[in-house]
Amino acid sequence: MKSVFLVEVLCVFCFVLLSQVTAKNSEDIRCKCICPPYRDIEGQIYKQNVSLKDCNCLHVVEPMPVDGKDVEAYCLRCECKYEERSSGTIKVTIIMYLSILGLLLLYMVYLTLLEPMLKRRLFGHSQLIQSDDDVGDQQPFANAHNVLSRSHSRPNMLNKVEHAQQRWRRQVQEQRKSVFDRHVVLS
Amino acid sequence: MEEEDAAADPYLPYDGGGDTIPLQEIPRRGSNYAMSNGGGVASSTTHLLDFLEEPIPGVGTYDDFHTIDWVREKCKDRERHRKINSKKKESAWEFTKSLYDAWSGWLVVTLTGLASGALAGLIDIAADWMNDLKEGVCLSAMWFNHEQCCWTSNETTFAERDKCPQWKSWAELILGQAEGPGSYIMNYFMYIYWALSFAFLAVCLVKVFAPYACGSGIPEIKTILSGFIIRGYLGKWTLMIKTITLVLAVASGLSLGKEGPLVHVACCCGNIFSYLFPKYSKNEAKKREVLSAASAAGVSVAFGAPIGGVLFSLEEVSYYFPLKTLWRSFFAALVAAFVLRSINPFGNSRLVLFYVEYHTPWYLFELIPFILLGVFGGLWGAFFIRANIAWCRRRKSTRFGKYPVLEVILVAAITAVVAFPNPYTRQNTSELIKELFTDCGPLESSQLCQYRSQMNGSKAFTDNPNRPAGPGVYSAMWQLCLALIFKIIMTIFTFGLKVPSGLFIPSMAIGAIAGRIVGIAVEQLAYYHHDWFLFKEWCEVGADCITPGLYAMVGAAACLGGVTRMTVSLVVIVFELTGGLEYIVPLMAAVMTSKWVGDAFGREGIYEAHIRLNGYPFLDAKEEFTHTTLAREVMRPRRSDPPLAVLTQDDLTVEELQSVINETSYNGFPVIVSKESQRLVGFALRRDITIAIENARRKQEGIMLNSRVYFTQHAPTLPADSPRPLKLRSILDMSPFTVTDHTPMEIVVDIFRKLGLRQCLVTHNGRLLGIITKKDILRHMAQMANQDPESIMFN
Repeated sequence: MKSVFLVEVLCVFCFVLLSQVTAKNSEDIRCKCICPPYRDIEGQIYKQNVSLKDCNCLHVVEPMPVDGKDVEAYCLRCECKYEERSSGTIKVTIIMYLSILGLLLLYMVYLTLLEPMLKRRLFGHSQLIQSDDDVGDQQPFANAHNVLSRSHSRPNMLNKVEHAQQRWRRQVQEQRKSVFDRHVVLS
Repeated sequence: MEEEDAAADPYLPYDGGGDTIPLQEIPRRGSNYAMSNGGGVASSTTHLLDFLEEPIPGVGTYDDFHTIDWVREKCKDRERHRKINSKKKESAWEFTKSLYDAWSGWLVVTLTGLASGALAGLIDIAADWMNDLKEGVCLSAMWFNHEQCCWTSNETTFAERDKCPQWKSWAELILGQAEGPGSYIMNYFMYIYWALSFAFLAVCLVKVFAPYACGSGIPEIKTILSGFIIRGYLGKWTLMIKTITLVLAVASGLSLGKEGPLVHVACCCGNIFSYLFPKYSKNEAKKREVLSAASAAGVSVAFGAPIGGVLFSLEEVSYYFPLKTLWRSFFAALVAAFVLRSINPFGNSRLVLFYVEYHTPWYLFELIPFILLGVFGGLWGAFFIRANIAWCRRRKSTRFGKYPVLEVILVAAITAVVAFPNPYTRQNTSELIKELFTDCGPLESSQLCQYRSQMNGSKAFTDNPNRPAGPGVYSAMWQLCLALIFKIIMTIFTFGLKVPSGLFIPSMAIGAIAGRIVGIAVEQLAYYHHDWFLFKEWCEVGADCITPGLYAMVGAAACLGGVTRMTVSLVVIVFELTGGLEYIVPLMAAVMTSKWVGDAFGREGIYEAHIRLNGYPFLDAKEEFTHTTLAREVMRPRRSDPPLAVLTQDDLTVEELQSVINETSYNGFPVIVSKESQRLVGFALRRDITIAIENARRKQEGIMLNSRVYFTQHAPTLPADSPRPLKLRSILDMSPFTVTDHTPMEIVVDIFRKLGLRQCLVTHNGRLLGIITKKDILRHMAQMANQDPESIMFN
């Protein structure tokens, strides 16, 4: 599954790069001022898209609910925080996640529903779809024989892919047997 | 070496299940796998003839579900290091290679930290979004969750801060109205629908693509780090499926967390990257150093607690933790935390997960409720471990475990149906914890903070003195009690489902709820009885005395400590999570109390209990062996068993050797000088013998069934017409560990633990008597503790 691995690595690094490279949207910064109740004025929250140097009560709290002399007292109680986010990262992440999930779902549907149907139709033709006959071979020497004799590389790409996929399916089946059927691991 | 009969354990996985060094891979990966010797002194390489022998490919690798030989791996590594160092001065190229070799360790942990941080960022963002998908959608930008959608809105009044025009709940979208009973029912229905579909997707993906991706992962990683091999457990598909389904499982509202699975994800990254460097890919012991560092990185990104992560790796996960691993773990945790922080898309408000903003002092008398919370934590921990193990055992052994998909859907349905009406269980568990940790500030509008104010309208707002609870607080307390009971019950059934599930966040939630309830109770006690001695000493009337948020924090730490039995790492994680450095002493008091109370009921934490349930061959370094048995009472063969299967050093033919291998199922055979003298020569492993014989039949001419097999340096004298003999000295371990039959078992267990042995030969007066394997020791310990010795499955 080297291709899967490479795709994953690519995704991870794209992700890290994108998060640094994404341009700062003006909407992605804000200053949030929380002002507690004062006399008969209720508690309020004020938000504005200003930068760090303008993030204080005087710039953000508009319209000022108190006048003149009380402004300072009111502003002293307000707490202003500068916040930044990266909406580009969020967008890229969610889209990437949903696309991977979609691909996996399609592959799952293919594996569970379509392939058995195709198998039944092409039963006579294909040599590629074999039953798992060399799994769990109890004879240690036969196994070692298999191992050491499998040194010829298959020049055909399609055969290689098919072979890799078969091996992966066998491994997953073994894992499934261990976990779900015999409850040997991960109960 | 004894092993289960083939009938009891028919699964002898010779070609393994995974995608890393099964037997098939060996010819492709070249001939660098062999060692010059079975694992000790490299004396045989000095002989001329040995130089002509090429190393046998495949010798030195391990089967699935077997334990590695730590001694052999460490020797291999030292040999490799010596070779590189000796060639260092030859040329610039060799020097560069030696530099590369020295630095490859740091490179691996850097890559692991980067990947863990990136994946944790992805999981965080996606889980937050999908969680809010149960409630509604953001129409202007579909990829924003509720908080981000309303980020730029201009609603100023405090009551309206959660509403904004762009965020529409499902009832609003489908029915067109936001309030009213019809929309409540529609919201309820959509919540259940989304929860069920996420849970169903998660379990289907796990079942179809990577069955090893379910569960927490920490028990299996503990076992792997102690030397066990589970092929495919840390593979690429497991990594991908675990990442994807973790998001789905968290979003479906099940009572689970993502910390344990994040450790698994980080270890998968570590394993995958270690295959890029031959120093780590070919040596199982070195690979485990990388995995220790990776687990530190995993906890670091799960909590944003790098130091806590290193301590967690030290205390909880790793088996051998030399100083070098400490530095590497430190570095990996640092890199991972840095990456996560730099990706952090939610702005500065999320740097620390549950940041506590109060710095009020705590008083000495508050230690009493803190210790009570510790006792609660210990009791709950013991109860949870027993209940969860009983449930998992039932799932494992009865027909009930045959329907994993149905079970997940059922649990998710019950959780969703019961969780929706209570606002404290409907929200994300992390948000609940955050709300409970936060003390009531001036603008808190949650029900928990609706105290009855005593001042009349003209007096200015005073900062939160002790006040009597208003009706809002009482109703909140009721809801919290119900939430507590619900979470306690559901977590028992949720941990162990066939989806990725972690335990930290639910335990912390339970503790936080209990702590907050106790905190509010003490606060009200202090208000109504402010003339009691205790309160009069420390609390002034009208002053802020009790912070219930602190009690929630202490309760969370106590419950987590009660269930996992962590001590130092837990305290460090909690104060890194909250930033509350003033509160270390109460945390420590509560954690110690919960550990003592929990240990009174059973010495194992949840992870050790799961290891024992699965029968993994994990020799716990924390337990002491205090019985007075001797080695000869534990060794095999017993009196009633057939005699020990041994090989003689130059008497056997290939055919006889093959029949010994075929008829028995032992993992290794001692080699003796002759049947009369029974003096020990060495130890040979089954896998190595089979590979060597097959290899010889292919590569060497004239090896036939009646060829003599010899383990000595020189071939025995044979008649002139006999076929060419087969030399198997290179696979023989010339330095097996031996003890005498009168050695106390305490020492034997200590040797096994400290050296990481798999088997140890027993001699009597210099002659070979029997063998003790790790499985025998585990069985013996189980027998001594009156547990079922047959539950030890692997060796």
